[in-house]
Amino acid sequence: MKIVGLVIVVLSGTLLLYATSDFPGWADPASPASRHVSPHYIEKSMEETSVPNIVTAVLADYRGFDTMFETTVIFCGGVVCFILLRTFKKGYEERYYRHTPTGITLHIKGGLKIPKRSKEFERIDTLWTPYDLIIKTVCRFLIPFIQLFALYVIAHGHHSPGGGFQGGVIFGASIILFAISHDLRTAIKRFGEKVDGLLCTTGVFIYAGTGALAILMGLNFLDYSALATILHVDPVTARSHGILIVEIGVGIAVMATMVWIYNNIASAGKYDEGL
Amino acid sequence: MIWQLDLAILTIIVVAAIAAISIKDLLGSAILFGAYSFMMCLLWAIMGAVDVAFTEASVGAGVSTVFFVAAVFRTTRRTKD
Repeated sequence: MKIVGLVIVVLSGTLLLYATSDFPGWADPASPASRHVSPHYIEKSMEETSVPNIVTAVLADYRGFDTMFETTVIFCGGVVCFILLRTFKKGYEERYYRHTPTGITLHIKGGLKIPKRSKEFERIDTLWTPYDLIIKTVCRFLIPFIQLFALYVIAHGHHSPGGGFQGGVIFGASIILFAISHDLRTAIKRFGEKVDGLLCTTGVFIYAGTGALAILMGLNFLDYSALATILHVDPVTARSHGILIVEIGVGIAVMATMVWIYNNIASAGKYDEGL
Repeated sequence: MIWQLDLAILTIIVVAAIAAISIKDLLGSAILFGAYSFMMCLLWAIMGAVDVAFTEASVGAGVSTVFFVAAVFRTTRRTKD
């Protein structure tokens, strides 16, 4: 079976390598893409959308439909993880508590709990490592700066590399870092499951809603110059603002999806104990 | 584009890719995928595709490695084959 797999991989790899010989050379000015499409973007994107970063203009404006469905694909990934992994069954439960003043660990079987109001006991994971003050403190200092950087990446996507996807992933990573450095229950208490699912759909809705708004204003789907009358600016600035709105939508959707996928995988769908 | 740097990065990419699929320890495999993604990120940056490099660094080397580690944590660490 291994030999069959190897033969198939080698054959398809050879075919792919053979097919790449038909491609135009790297940065060839005579290739079809560089002759018609790219010059238009390079020469016109500044005056048509007033966005200095051409990549952002192409990604969110000229090829906006493509990016909308990329966001939808990520959203679908989150939903599939939820459907496959999430379980609501309450099985046989074992819990571990730490008595904070003395550091003694209690192991309780049979679904019993320590009263919620007792401040002296702290719940810990069964597969857990010792209490670490350094990791918790450093992460607590670091997380706000990571989130600030994520917001900068989203907001500054017009001028520098970055945009909704990258900023959203960095923001999601900061919340995942919080879940790793403390524990999953604390993170879920701060950023719950319902909020997570709602933000996922909100992000996709902002993107698709901006497109639908353009139809309502009598222009094509995702033609942001339709926002000019709503925002009281000229159509070119409206396209720039439209790109920002869409990037914010992408950022929200990606951020929530990353946290959603992580919560489902790390806790095996139980939302109780995690990495 | 400096061809020596290019060659070194490409060599590391190929070595990391082969090691990631042949290693028995799945946690090591996840880390090797992270190294692979980071080298791909450097390659994109060398080719001038800064946006793609940024995405590769945040998604490929960052979050997907965490997902792999979480999946290993919930399943087994060693492969069967």
